[in-house]
Amino acid sequence: MAIIKGIELIKNGKRLDGRKPMELREMEMKVGVVPNANGSAMVRFGKTTAIAAVYGPRLALPKHLQSANKAIVQCRYNMAPFSVDERVRPGSSRREVEISKVVRLALEPVLFLENYPKTTIDIYIEIIEADGSTRVTSINAASLALADAGVPMKDLVVAVSGGKINGKLIIDLNGIEDNNSEADIPMAFIPGKKEITLLQMDGELKHEEIKEIMNNIFKAGEEIYKMQVKVLKDKYRVIV
Amino acid sequence: MEKANGVREIAVPGEILGKKGKVFSGSGTYEDGDNIVSKFLGVVTRSENYIYVTPLSGVYTPKVNDFVIGIVNQVEKFGWIVDINSPWEGFLAISEAIDEFIDIKKVVLNRYFDVDDVIYAQVVSTRRGDIQLSMKEPGCRKLTGGVLVNITPSKVPRLIGKQGSMVNMIKEKTKTVIRVGQNGIVWINGENIDKAIMAIKLIDQKSHIYGLTDEVSKLLS
Repeated sequence: MAIIKGIELIKNGKRLDGRKPMELREMEMKVGVVPNANGSAMVRFGKTTAIAAVYGPRLALPKHLQSANKAIVQCRYNMAPFSVDERVRPGSSRREVEISKVVRLALEPVLFLENYPKTTIDIYIEIIEADGSTRVTSINAASLALADAGVPMKDLVVAVSGGKINGKLIIDLNGIEDNNSEADIPMAFIPGKKEITLLQMDGELKHEEIKEIMNNIFKAGEEIYKMQVKVLKDKYRVIV
Repeated sequence: MEKANGVREIAVPGEILGKKGKVFSGSGTYEDGDNIVSKFLGVVTRSENYIYVTPLSGVYTPKVNDFVIGIVNQVEKFGWIVDINSPWEGFLAISEAIDEFIDIKKVVLNRYFDVDDVIYAQVVSTRRGDIQLSMKEPGCRKLTGGVLVNITPSKVPRLIGKQGSMVNMIKEKTKTVIRVGQNGIVWINGENIDKAIMAIKLIDQKSHIYGLTDEVSKLLS
């Protein structure tokens, strides 16, 4: 049973922070937060905050990184030392290298890379506050930043995490739930065609439970997609 | 359609703009089955036959026959490497720049164009990021004096206006000479440079708003 220090993680159908199982945390999104970057975005899910900055397409250097017929994508996910309770050692850890790669793989399918030979698109993601589900928050932020940078894209990318606590399926896990859940699934997908670009799982789930969580994520993703579209359009909706 | 001070229709990447059949997908869009879908965060233009999306940000992608303003980066043996404000550098060969015969054994090329010189040139080839420039067209020359202003490359058509209406208005009212490169670099020289810069920055910021011409003329008068 997932009980920590005598506190039940899910009680009377309500979670620790008072959410229902299928409720997302409070969201906040902004674009254009880094003035020097070509495009940037900030996404906050509860107490998880990610800032993504996109530079490029720009010439890929050193030259051996270049691809003669398409652009390459370079992605760096970095946790700020102060982002969690116990200080994170600066520099890439094994976990950060892995997340950098899965974020890149989640975003590459939507980009028209063949338009920009010999170039690189650099995505820098800083987690300034971490409370679970950082990789999906990073993907949401990076997708907004890419759109803001004017990189040609097939669609935006939406990511949500799902999981299971005390036999109950939940969505958008926070830090405590993440550490004590029976299973958690971060998932990213292209909202238009419902194509999955990232799917990971930690823990044990039954076949039907995975299917149900994925359906829940598709449903919750629509809300996030609506907010992404709104935030991008609002940047240019200023009437003087 | 025309609304005073309203905002133009804005699309996000992946937004379905229409069905294929009557209209075709123009620049900034792609076809996905029967749908015409936007590639960019940008302003939607619907003409009779096409749907276009003009991006609101992004880098300059050189196209053949574009006129650009570049800054000489390096003087090479057989030409010049030019920074044209895009992911790739442009190359200007001697034969494309100078009409007279040059004996490259005797002449150092920096007596024609040196590092940091500003030139107005035309793109003649863009094969796979290999950008070739030419200065054979009339009007291509070295730009001396004046100031350079950067704007978002995708907003250059808005700055020029229909048959140059917008840029001609700025030229007349501020008594300046203006050269606009398709790569988003604008060269200004003349009397009232500060005011011209203000007008150009205004166009860069509010390119997606109706009634921009009136606003610019108000600023200049």
